[in-house]
Amino acid sequence: MSNNHEIVVPTETHGHVHRDDVGARMGMWLFLFTELLLFGGMFLIYGVYRFQYSEEFHFAAMELNTGIGTLNTIVLLTSSLTVALSISALQKKNKFLSVVFLSLTIVFALAFMVNKFFEWSAKFSHGIYPGSEDLINKSNGEVVFFGLYYVMTGIHGLHIVIGVILLSFILVFLIRDKITPDNFVKLENAGLYWHLVDLIWIFLFPLFYLIQ
Amino acid sequence: MANGTIAEHAKSFYEEGTSKKTGLLGWFFSTDHKRIGIMYLAALSTFFIIGVILALFMRLELIAPGETLMDAQTYNTIFTLHGVIMIFLFIVPGIPAIFGNFFLPLMLGAKDVSFPRLNLLSFWIYIVGAILVVISLFVPGGPIDTGWTFYIPYSVRTGTNVSLAIFAAFVLGFSSILTGLNFITTVHRLKAPGMGFFKMPLFVWSTYATAWIQVLATPVIGITILLVIMERAFGIGIFDPSLGGDPILYQHLFWIYSHPAVYIMILPAMGIVSEIIPTFARRTIFGYNAIALSSLAIAFVGYLVWAHHMFTSGMSDTARIVFSFLTFIVALPSGVKVFNWVATMYKGSIDPQPPFLWVMAFIVLFSIGGLTGLVLGSLATDIHLHDTYFVVAHFHYVMFGGTGTIFFAGLYYWFPKMFGKLYHTKLANIGVALFFVAFNLLYFPKFIMGYQGMPRRYYDYLPEFADLQLVSTIGSWLMAIALIIVFGNLIRSLRTGRKATSNPWGGVTLEWHTTSPPPLENFETDIVVTHDPYDFSQLEDMKNE
Ligand code: HEM
Repeated sequence: MSNNHEIVVPTETHGHVHRDDVGARMGMWLFLFTELLLFGGMFLIYGVYRFQYSEEFHFAAMELNTGIGTLNTIVLLTSSLTVALSISALQKKNKFLSVVFLSLTIVFALAFMVNKFFEWSAKFSHGIYPGSEDLINKSNGEVVFFGLYYVMTGIHGLHIVIGVILLSFILVFLIRDKITPDNFVKLENAGLYWHLVDLIWIFLFPLFYLIQ
Repeated sequence: MANGTIAEHAKSFYEEGTSKKTGLLGWFFSTDHKRIGIMYLAALSTFFIIGVILALFMRLELIAPGETLMDAQTYNTIFTLHGVIMIFLFIVPGIPAIFGNFFLPLMLGAKDVSFPRLNLLSFWIYIVGAILVVISLFVPGGPIDTGWTFYIPYSVRTGTNVSLAIFAAFVLGFSSILTGLNFITTVHRLKAPGMGFFKMPLFVWSTYATAWIQVLATPVIGITILLVIMERAFGIGIFDPSLGGDPILYQHLFWIYSHPAVYIMILPAMGIVSEIIPTFARRTIFGYNAIALSSLAIAFVGYLVWAHHMFTSGMSDTARIVFSFLTFIVALPSGVKVFNWVATMYKGSIDPQPPFLWVMAFIVLFSIGGLTGLVLGSLATDIHLHDTYFVVAHFHYVMFGGTGTIFFAGLYYWFPKMFGKLYHTKLANIGVALFFVAFNLLYFPKFIMGYQGMPRRYYDYLPEFADLQLVSTIGSWLMAIALIIVFGNLIRSLRTGRKATSNPWGGVTLEWHTTSPPPLENFETDIVVTHDPYDFSQLEDMKNE
């Protein structure tokens, strides 16, 4: 966090709005910690069961479509790049480019969800979903694997959806000049959130698709 | 501490709000941390009283062996509701939500918290959570009956409304996280000029440590709860043993949050104790740094002891010994605090006003609770006492005798500041005394019964426990009377109490440097901090302010 706001800035309250960008960023980082811990709980569970059912996890993971997974990883990584570019564009006072990059980010996010939709529907049509006949007949380890798969990618997907909504609001703010080259902490914070969502995927991808 | 003067005619925050709205809406949409604090006070007190009423029915059922008032299933739902309300709706939000909101900015010399609108949002989220709990009672399926710990596999098998009730706990957790995040940022960013970290009042320190636990522990219960809901809805198999899941894993995750949550409950209370003792002993606090840092130490070590709730659940001996050892370590920073408090009183000129008496009750009750905690923390004895009334007595001594008592201490200490009114001192003293007697009558027999083997969560018992159960029930009636006196005194004073001066007790932390009740932006002039927080030499200057 930068030190260029040494003076204590009063709060944004009661009529006249004061700004404290450092405070706003600090709040965002704290929020990201909570997100990390939320997923941390699930990674912990994954670790425990991977250890307990290593063989079953191995078989189950082979059923996942590495192609779609890789594609989605690329899409998401690119979206992280575009959101960062959008921030730098705004810093360089180029509003147009900033709007373009932010819109691209949203497009990539939607592309990710579309992919995810096809991936999940394919699994469903093969009868692999929690509580299905086919799954119950498989071994316990595989049930747990797919349970974790749906929960973890599902909650991650939910974060993408929230991210799309968030970024759309930011886009409107940007277009309406509520976010400007000298007041863009909202955009920065939304970017931070987006990077986190991306980062979590970077862990989900190898854990489910690659280590077989 | 501050050089500012107080204008006599200033409007208080009751008369001037943050928005144009008036009446109740002016409160419900207010981003003023003081109004939010008072709204929390009203909401939390309501739930506390509901929880107590439920408990009185439980005690009435237990007055004699056999079914006296309700059947087993009703008892199950009532103790669950009592636990859920007391934990998630009262004691966990508790002191930070009420006094943290009201006094953290005041004690820092700030105008508000860092994110006032987020603060209001956390209050609304709290209310939504509370409403969900209430709804879960009335929709088909019936009220939740799992106990407040929601242990799997029963919580997956039972037909009662588990999902809705625990979703409420999830929502309440969200509120808690946002409050914590707000407080951490406030402490870092809004200290008045001249106030460094080691000039902050100790209540601020402990609220700060608590805020970190709120932020770092609550997400774990959040995800655990979501997993239980999904387990019930879709059968994902993560916890359900028939699908390959491990119910013990649930217990681990649950306690990874819920044990640190115990420190969310007690740390702010310890902070209030560190405020009240210097004020009434007229002496600077002994060992300021030790008390401040021990809060952080408790927050940290408290993170590593969760599995002592699971000594009988099936863990390796190594794990059990390590967790038992770590549990004992928590006693060290707690001991540091108690000794420093006592040392502060030594040779002080003590003025035993009601808040101070509450603190004395706290020290006795909390010490009993803490020491019996060590009995439960050591492996051999815990095997015998696990899931007995001994545990019930222990956690009521720490939660109710500890945090609950300090909730009242804080209320009696800051009431004049919050409402600008004084209460009846003699009645207040009677209230404390009766509370103390009633408390021990109510819970001490439970230690003995637990030691003799009375299990918890039963609506019936063997005839040999009849006498002690009767004593306990009589204690619950006395407790009801004590609480009526304690609350009644304050409610009466709201209307008929004498007007309070800005500093009725002779405290020196910043909140006493402004009017009672404070104006909308807390201080008439900008604050510059010149003294240490408990430097009583400034008291003379303050009289002239
Ligand atoms: C007048 C006050 C109170 C009375 C008479 C009372 C009484 C009781 C009784 C009889 C039980 C059930 C014991 C059993 O059958 O296992 C119980 C459980 C419990 N109480 Fe209280 N209590 C009071 C206040 C409180 C307070 C202030 C708190 C928390 C701050 C609290 C937290 C709990 C919890 C967490 C449980 C465990 C519920 C469970 O087993 O799931 N109680 N209480």
